Amino acid sequence: MSPPLEHDYIGLGEKPSMVGTSDNKISSSSLNFKETELRLGLPGCESPERKPAGASSGVSLFGKDLQEKKHGPLKSPVAAVGAKRGFSDAIDGSCGKWGFSVADGSEVELGKGAALFSPRGGNVGKPLVALETQTNTTPAINEVAMAHQSAKPAQEKNKQVDGTNEHASAPAAKAQVVGWPPIRSFRKNTMASNLTKNNDEAEGKPGFGCLYVKVSMDGAPYLRKVDLKTYKNYMEFSSALEKMFSCFTIGQCNSPGLPGKDGLSESSLRDLLHGSEYVLTYEDKDGDWMLVGDVPWEMFTDSCRRLRIMKGSEAIGLAPRAMEKSRSQN
Amino acid sequence: MECRIRKKESPEPNILNQASPFPDEVLERVLGMVKSRKDRSSVSLVCKEWYNAERWSRRSVFIGNCYSVSPEILTRRFPNIRSVTLKGKPRFSDFNLVPANWGADIRSWLVVFADKYPLLEELRLKRMTVSDESLEFLALSFPYFKALSLLSCDGFSTDGLAAIATSCKNLTELDIQENGIDDKSGNWLSCFPESFTSLEVLNFANLPNDVNSDALEKLVSRCKSLKTLKVNRSVTLEQLQRLLVRAPQLCELGSGSFSEDDLTAQQYSEIESAFNNCKNLHTLSGLWDPAEQYLPLLYPACTNLTFFNLSYAPLDGDDLAKLLVHCPNLRRLWVVDTVEDKGLEAVGSHCPLLEELRVFPADPFEDEAIGHGVTESGFVALSRGCPRLHYVLYFCRQMTNAAVATVVQNCPDFTHFRLCIMNPGQPDYLTHEPMDEAFGAVVKTCSKLQRLAVSGLLTDLTFEYIGKYAKNLETLSVAFAGSSDWGMECVLRGCPKLRKLEIRDCPFGNAALLSGLERYESMRSLWMSDCKLTMNGCRLLAKEMPRLNVEVIKEEGCYEGPAQRVYVYRSVAGPRRDAPSFVLAHCGPHNARGSGKGSTTWSIVCTMQPYLVCYMRGYFQNL
Repeated sequence: MSPPLEHDYIGLGEKPSMVGTSDNKISSSSLNFKETELRLGLPGCESPERKPAGASSGVSLFGKDLQEKKHGPLKSPVAAVGAKRGFSDAIDGSCGKWGFSVADGSEVELGKGAALFSPRGGNVGKPLVALETQTNTTPAINEVAMAHQSAKPAQEKNKQVDGTNEHASAPAAKAQVVGWPPIRSFRKNTMASNLTKNNDEAEGKPGFGCLYVKVSMDGAPYLRKVDLKTYKNYMEFSSALEKMFSCFTIGQCNSPGLPGKDGLSESSLRDLLHGSEYVLTYEDKDGDWMLVGDVPWEMFTDSCRRLRIMKGSEAIGLAPRAMEKSRSQN
Repeated sequence: MECRIRKKESPEPNILNQASPFPDEVLERVLGMVKSRKDRSSVSLVCKEWYNAERWSRRSVFIGNCYSVSPEILTRRFPNIRSVTLKGKPRFSDFNLVPANWGADIRSWLVVFADKYPLLEELRLKRMTVSDESLEFLALSFPYFKALSLLSCDGFSTDGLAAIATSCKNLTELDIQENGIDDKSGNWLSCFPESFTSLEVLNFANLPNDVNSDALEKLVSRCKSLKTLKVNRSVTLEQLQRLLVRAPQLCELGSGSFSEDDLTAQQYSEIESAFNNCKNLHTLSGLWDPAEQYLPLLYPACTNLTFFNLSYAPLDGDDLAKLLVHCPNLRRLWVVDTVEDKGLEAVGSHCPLLEELRVFPADPFEDEAIGHGVTESGFVALSRGCPRLHYVLYFCRQMTNAAVATVVQNCPDFTHFRLCIMNPGQPDYLTHEPMDEAFGAVVKTCSKLQRLAVSGLLTDLTFEYIGKYAKNLETLSVAFAGSSDWGMECVLRGCPKLRKLEIRDCPFGNAALLSGLERYESMRSLWMSDCKLTMNGCRLLAKEMPRLNVEVIKEEGCYEGPAQRVYVYRSVAGPRRDAPSFVLAHCGPHNARGSGKGSTTWSIVCTMQPYLVCYMRGYFQNL
């Protein structure tokens, strides 16, 4: 009953959503909130409503433009995930001419599709994304975005942009432009490893190696960060939290900023947590505060943005909302 | 060029010489005090005497393009140099646009220096290729060697550093920054002998491997003059504390990872007091993996801070705000865009004296563009609070013309304006118009502008503005912009002080290239990659301007068709002899690498000193 799988470069091919299918909902088992996220996507990119209806209509806006060799505005960076075939059609059709405005009689020796980016032959430093404009191979999204960008500078001035270009977002694969953005390798590599080590807390990124969220506790002088991916279930998670926060209780911890081994024992903290003193709550992607433990673990890790160990008195009224919410999401 | 003729005709011992009131020694003494490069160049043009006095008294030389002059020519003119600064590859090599083994090897320079400058003390290299053998050679050939600085260089490993540490008995500075270094092991640090105490600057922040912390501590202990210490990521907070107590006199500190798994109360207060005791810190950097609970440790050190480099510390806006409250004297700030607009607002609120801001992207290749990083509103908020801002490097994903116009109204003193809208060719995201008016506002308002990097969707209009208004512009970086040759022509025609022009992926062709014929000799260099140049255009340029080196980076044996990467620069040294096979060097009337008529012309130029003076004048001033 599940619709045919989409060729998805990210590898989230299990996504069952397709334009034209009526059941475009997320089943509770395939917990992919990416689909439900409101994102300013681009024509042809991952948002379900934008996917082309089927393989044959892979000739997206982008492909069509190329084939017509429009000098008009190319739509804003089209990350044509579903339009790969369209792209290669376009390539063959246009024979490597990206619609450069040939100006002033200067030799336009585009030659063998002398694309603006990576030189072929690959003898230029790091491996580049070779824009083999004559190939029939299914190009990766990279080339789609790149090729699009290559045409961009050649556009006429004052191009108006149509309605689809309201988004300032970038093509999915601008990484593939050689040497752009202009950041030294050292910095690039460092930031990349920073990301996997020390990911941003606001939105855990599924698909990355870890999922750091902030955990704050009422009355504690500072907050901690935990990697949700390192725990498999609520049991592991809560015992880890207990260890982390066992020194903190109201009025008992004097030295600020220290996770100490002294202070309350773990069991007392657990009593505290499970008693009326503290409850563990989290803020989900919609910004609502919910009680931890109501939803399946995976759903929790996917939707949790940050955690708060709240005083029991403040948590009244959370539970019913949490139940309703997870019911509606199921 | 009249200068040249005059010198040719004047007899050797001339009347002027005899009438001079000053003996040479005095003149040399006086002129020796002139430090500025530009002033020294002017001095050398006054007359032959002054030229000589200047060349004998000069101790330091800066060469912005290592191929513009040869070591032989350099040492012949300046016999007494103690400090050399050399820059090698074109800047775009930092972004992988230049193949490996392109050149700029320091070796040939060192060989000549060993002979002519045995008293050499300082060597500062940027984008040069430096092998371990060269470093060894350096360490053994110059007994008075003091300062080595390598920025964005490649070709060496920690073995080379070990050689330096072992043999340079008088070393005061070892500054290794952002290089392509092969870090084999951290043992190089242990190579500093026990008797070695002269170090003042030590920067190994970018080396990935652990260093021997014991050796580091001992080194720091015995080098009482140490002013700058920048350690690498492997150094923990606890280790940092031990270093700090041994060097409370530090002025510049690069911390290590600034995290620690479980700090005890005791350790925490020890670190706190260590930072408290560093009263002279004005520069702070590092903070690779800052644990936010430890950031308060920095607060006491922040009061006198003028430069805070947080560009490797992915903080969020709140953490940054908390830090900046303690940094009222900040002049320079580098951050990651994880601080977002909120963080920039905090900058505007707390740092009224700020002069320089650089915002680097945490994830330049991120596909979820919205909601991450900094935007135009952060930029505007910042400009309101920091009217003295004159240097900005800003990576963002969205920008508007109106915002940029507001920013430069608030901060009209920009000298360096580098805006990188990360999606190539992206228009104003609100009006969908090109970003022409933004950069138009920049050049119209900021009359002192020296350096400009443009981005976003740009038509020729941007370049018309630049050519019309940016009269002090010296460096221009262009990518994915422009509509036709006209754009580049406007810039070449209109910017008299232009020295460096680097262009990639723009529709500028041979006509544009050739329109700048008269400009290139007064510029350091021109780089054009993935534009619309052809081999014919390059040949024509080389033919018309024989004193330029026109190099094309191409696949083997491909002498026709598009010229994908072109590098044009002036040189008194002729075509370079170390060009690899993928570099086709045009020079003179012939296309081949400097053979035939071309080289005859060159040898004439090189042997006649008076000619040399005039070329050198321009070149040493503006290199």
